[in-house]
Amino acid sequence: MSDKAKSEVIKEPSMLKQKEMIASNYERLTSGKEKTVSTFVPGNLNELIMCFDMVNNLPEINAIQNGMRKQSGGMIMDAEKSGHSEDVCTYVKADIGMMGRGNIAPNGKPIPPPDLLLLSYTGCFTFMKWFELLRHEYKCPTVMLHVPYEGDGVITDNMRDYVVKQLKTEVIPAFEKISGVKFDIDRLREYLARSAKAEDDLVWCLEAGKNKPSPIDAYFGGVYYIGPVFSAFRGTQQAVDYYTMLRGEVEQRIKEKRGPITPDGDMNEQKYRLIVEGPPNWTHFREFWKLFYDEGAVVVASTYTKVGGSYDLGFRHDPDRPLESMAEYCLTCYTNRNLPARVDTLVDYVGEYEADGLLINSIKSCNSFSAGQLMMMREVERRTGKPAAFIETDLVDPRYFSHANVKNRLESYFQMIDQKRRSSSAAA
Amino acid sequence: MGSEEIIKRCEAMYEDLDFNVAREWKAAEKGRKVIGFLPYYVPREIIHAAGMLPLGIFGGGDQMEVIHGDAYYQSYICRIPRSTIELGITKKIDFVDGMLFPSICDVIRNLSGMWKMLFADKYVRYFDVPQNFSDEVGVPYYVEELNELRRGLEKLSGRKITDEDLRNSIRVYNENRRLVNEVYDLRSKEPWKVPSSETYLLMRAGMVMPVEEHSQMIRDYLEAVRNEDRPMRDNCRIIVSGSFCEQPPLNLIRSIEMSGCYVVDDDYMIVNRMIIGDVIEEGEPMEALAKAFVHSSIDTAPKYSPTEEEKGVFLLEQVKARGAEGVIFAAASFCDPALLERPMLADKMKENNVPYISFKYAENSGQMQPIREQAGTFADSIKLWS
Ligand code: SF4
Ligand code: SF4
Repeated sequence: MSDKAKSEVIKEPSMLKQKEMIASNYERLTSGKEKTVSTFVPGNLNELIMCFDMVNNLPEINAIQNGMRKQSGGMIMDAEKSGHSEDVCTYVKADIGMMGRGNIAPNGKPIPPPDLLLLSYTGCFTFMKWFELLRHEYKCPTVMLHVPYEGDGVITDNMRDYVVKQLKTEVIPAFEKISGVKFDIDRLREYLARSAKAEDDLVWCLEAGKNKPSPIDAYFGGVYYIGPVFSAFRGTQQAVDYYTMLRGEVEQRIKEKRGPITPDGDMNEQKYRLIVEGPPNWTHFREFWKLFYDEGAVVVASTYTKVGGSYDLGFRHDPDRPLESMAEYCLTCYTNRNLPARVDTLVDYVGEYEADGLLINSIKSCNSFSAGQLMMMREVERRTGKPAAFIETDLVDPRYFSHANVKNRLESYFQMIDQKRRSSSAAA
Repeated sequence: MGSEEIIKRCEAMYEDLDFNVAREWKAAEKGRKVIGFLPYYVPREIIHAAGMLPLGIFGGGDQMEVIHGDAYYQSYICRIPRSTIELGITKKIDFVDGMLFPSICDVIRNLSGMWKMLFADKYVRYFDVPQNFSDEVGVPYYVEELNELRRGLEKLSGRKITDEDLRNSIRVYNENRRLVNEVYDLRSKEPWKVPSSETYLLMRAGMVMPVEEHSQMIRDYLEAVRNEDRPMRDNCRIIVSGSFCEQPPLNLIRSIEMSGCYVVDDDYMIVNRMIIGDVIEEGEPMEALAKAFVHSSIDTAPKYSPTEEEKGVFLLEQVKARGAEGVIFAAASFCDPALLERPMLADKMKENNVPYISFKYAENSGQMQPIREQAGTFADSIKLWS
């Protein structure tokens, strides 16, 4: 096989469409013709942003893009050279490093400084400092939406009211001022209705992992599935269309009893069904994925696909309660839920998706996800009786991905599953 | 009582990881309850008003061997959560009836959930504070959070917390804060009289004993040091910033001073100085506490700075007010809030020609030589150039 052929990745139509969508957003962002707002994936208020004819820029997505293109390592080093600690979140440093190199988007054009920083932060304290750092560099207007943490695993009225009040008294007025567009709640309702429609289809697709064989990979494939709804497309017709298309593809695969598509083609032999907790590594994404499909391991459910909203637990944007439902959306993003709630979710996944066990990919620089994961692992193991394993990588810092280590860990994990199966069939 | 004696007593409390002072307080009367809290800010007034003892838990320091805790945390997470878990698992804080986890960072957020799972029979609360500082939004949210804490503690104690109880506790803590500030003011004025290690131990003692006794202890200390003769050295005046959670080992605090720096302010222990000035003693107490936090709490990394103009101003003003000649940024390794904040504060110092150095530590750092050398060189350069 020639090198060129080897590097050609097999993609489904929905993946191509998704790629086009992301590219189109970068075109809008770099055109300089529209007002832009930077904000985060978890807790993003895309429907609201659209009400003001502004375009959404997500620094995490930029960091992911740069990670996948092997650019992030240099950017992180730049940030460290300029005084940022080696200990902190590498998304932040990749972003700051990107800025230092002219903020070049994947289309090769520079992203102009944002007109507004919308610091809607949920699930992670670092976000708050990250945008203070960006404001420090850009000296641009910033509006803050503080989303309380679900410390007791529930949304209280006080939390919801607080977020709604901030939307009314701070966020919406800031947008009106920057954009010059008056807020129209009916326009928002329309977008929210579309969001709910897309969310329905997304959940349907994610839950398709319950089938055997699983027609999807809910982690590696999952990151493509969540792209539109987690980013600048929630609330658009394009997102609705994308999820209709995705659902069609998944339905087709179920009918044909086919597994998900990997970069090397269909994955039909499914030896291990896994639940994965934690974000993926982006700098070695394909290599990482290959370690799974080469062994016949398919991820049937993951928590990473819930960072931008726990839709499978029932949340939907609601046009009848526009601001309240946006507040609830922010409050229910995966890492905004406390550890016992995260453990419950994982335990349920193991049962509902009939998984062989839990795998945790612990991210070195992400305390929000990682602090406490060892305990989560033991709890899930204890409650499900299924084996669990732990690997460590980083999001976008290539220095922390060790192919050999991950491979070793995975191999022994698969052996553990095999052993467990043998002992339970012997007992039966 | 001389200052030496007082500090000796404080040091014994600091070293006592079984928290015997708090245990004895609890045992002295039936029904007494103790509420632990981690570093950073919690409204101790409410715990006090419930007739309970707020107990500050500041990790395990450098004397505790962490055995179990390491099985809970990966190597790239700061040390305080693992030593806190160790304290829990080894039953050193088994007499504590409830725990509050302040809103400081992601590690503490998740630790609150771990505590819920590990100690399911205890009262555990993640204590959030508003990052919106307006009267219309931040205050009512916070008042309700405070009331939720109040209801939780009422349930735990089985007795009502009246407004009068709260007002009384506010008075007691106002007094304590005034005395605490007196120590810091004196240290800044005559740092040779009040070494930073003594200030530190005195404040740490306040975390494990009843506030009324602590206030008396401070009075005694102040009286003693004012009458003692201590030699003045040719040290430079610096501020330590970034140590508000995991605490540096006592040796490190001493080393900075020994290397030629007088510490004229620091943020090692900000629990008892978080609020600037008095909390209003009349009227609606929860509103008074909420407004005190929202409008007059010190600017720290775990708090949002609403504007770029405000960033670093607090530290800069501290530098000016304390007559500091430089800043030492000292943060715990892997401490996100402190380390992410640092470049912004450093820029502010640079813009204003305030020299600074930075380093990291862990609560069990043993090697002081590099820090001593770094701080010594820093002190020399300040003396040379100022
Ligand atoms: S710490 Fe984790 S959740 Fe927070 S910004 Fe970094 S990667 Fe995202
Ligand atoms: S030392 Fe820093 S990162 Fe660690 S728990 Fe404290 S605030 Fe959080």
